[in-house]
Amino acid sequence: MIEVRNVLKEFDGFRALDDLNMTVPTGSVYGLVGPNGAGKSTIIRHLTGIYRQDAGEILVDGAPVFENPGVKSRIAYIPDEIFYYANASIREMMDFYRSIYPHFDAERFKKLADVFGLDPKRQMRRLSKGMQKQAAFWIAVSLRPEILILDEPVDGLDPVMRRQIWSIIMADVAENGTTVLVSSHNLRELEDVCDSVGIMNKGKIMIERSLDELQENIVKIQLALPDGESLPEGLDILHKSNTGRLQSLIMHGTQEEITEKLQSAHPLFIDAVPLTLEEIFIYELGGADYEVKDIVL
Amino acid sequence: MISVNFRDPRPIYEQIKDNLRRLIVSGLLPTGSKLPSVREMASDLAINPSTIQRAYRELEAEGYISSQPGKGSFVCARGGVDESRKAELLGKFDELVTELGYIGIDKPQLIDRLKGE
Repeated sequence: MIEVRNVLKEFDGFRALDDLNMTVPTGSVYGLVGPNGAGKSTIIRHLTGIYRQDAGEILVDGAPVFENPGVKSRIAYIPDEIFYYANASIREMMDFYRSIYPHFDAERFKKLADVFGLDPKRQMRRLSKGMQKQAAFWIAVSLRPEILILDEPVDGLDPVMRRQIWSIIMADVAENGTTVLVSSHNLRELEDVCDSVGIMNKGKIMIERSLDELQENIVKIQLALPDGESLPEGLDILHKSNTGRLQSLIMHGTQEEITEKLQSAHPLFIDAVPLTLEEIFIYELGGADYEVKDIVL
Repeated sequence: MISVNFRDPRPIYEQIKDNLRRLIVSGLLPTGSKLPSVREMASDLAINPSTIQRAYRELEAEGYISSQPGKGSFVCARGGVDESRKAELLGKFDELVTELGYIGIDKPQLIDRLKGE
């Protein structure tokens, strides 16, 4: 389990992480989402022991991460920009990681050669951006990590390779209970692979829940009311729009609960649809002053 | 065997449930046959294993499959399906009948159709 408690980090007076708390349960696939500049990569660099926090605690199974090789050898990390030594080939980078990570699985590295189809003798810097990502995945999953931390992992990968990589990761999760933390803007994809989600904004985690809970507690209602009727009190409405008589409402609550409450207004028509993660992101952050603005140019 | 459609508004676990149910009802997965393991399914579909587990758990609660610890999940004999699923399907049937009535297909026509089976 990864626990982040009241973590604070400032860079030249700018507060990048502001009393941040998060919990990633063992064996879960945790999606970290948030607008640009929310602090996603910053917290990831703390989780991997690259940055030291100004205050607070970062623990993996109760042990601090920073300067702790015992913990760090269980974590594999793929950063948003791949690091490699100048002129190093894939094999040389693999040898480098192999010398650090005690659980490196050479057999697996060999087996995965077919999947990635990259020549290990090739220099990293001669590979395209997407191929560098593939090489990083190839090495990372061969490290047999207990925790896999991925910052924008599928950026630059083609659809076939994306699916291939998720398929390998999901098999590891099912088989070995690997814990995965992934930050991404591809919410459509996160919806398939994650079971927990943390929504981050301005250096804090705003909402942290299981994906099921998140999706079951927000609903889009389409509704037409007879003349003279109005919406009952006590609804937690996030967004409202009208098309003629038909109202479209986004609100907190379960589908059953909301539908029952609205019966008191004797609706002529009512329909409830679940929201996608992308819609949840937009509406929840809309409440936090981050929304698409109507701009006239 | 199963496909998940990302444009479908139904949650993924429900799509998996509906897919498997259809395979069972149509006899493509006969009584006693073994379902793919959670690991296989998660890897094939590139989907979180707990989503697959949820689909399996709910199908088991509905009486379509049974899980044997350490062995896997198997298709149950028909007739074991629970009451809430029956009520759900009858509800859908009533909805369909109402809409068919609206577009001019009356009850005698529907009865003829049922008898024609």
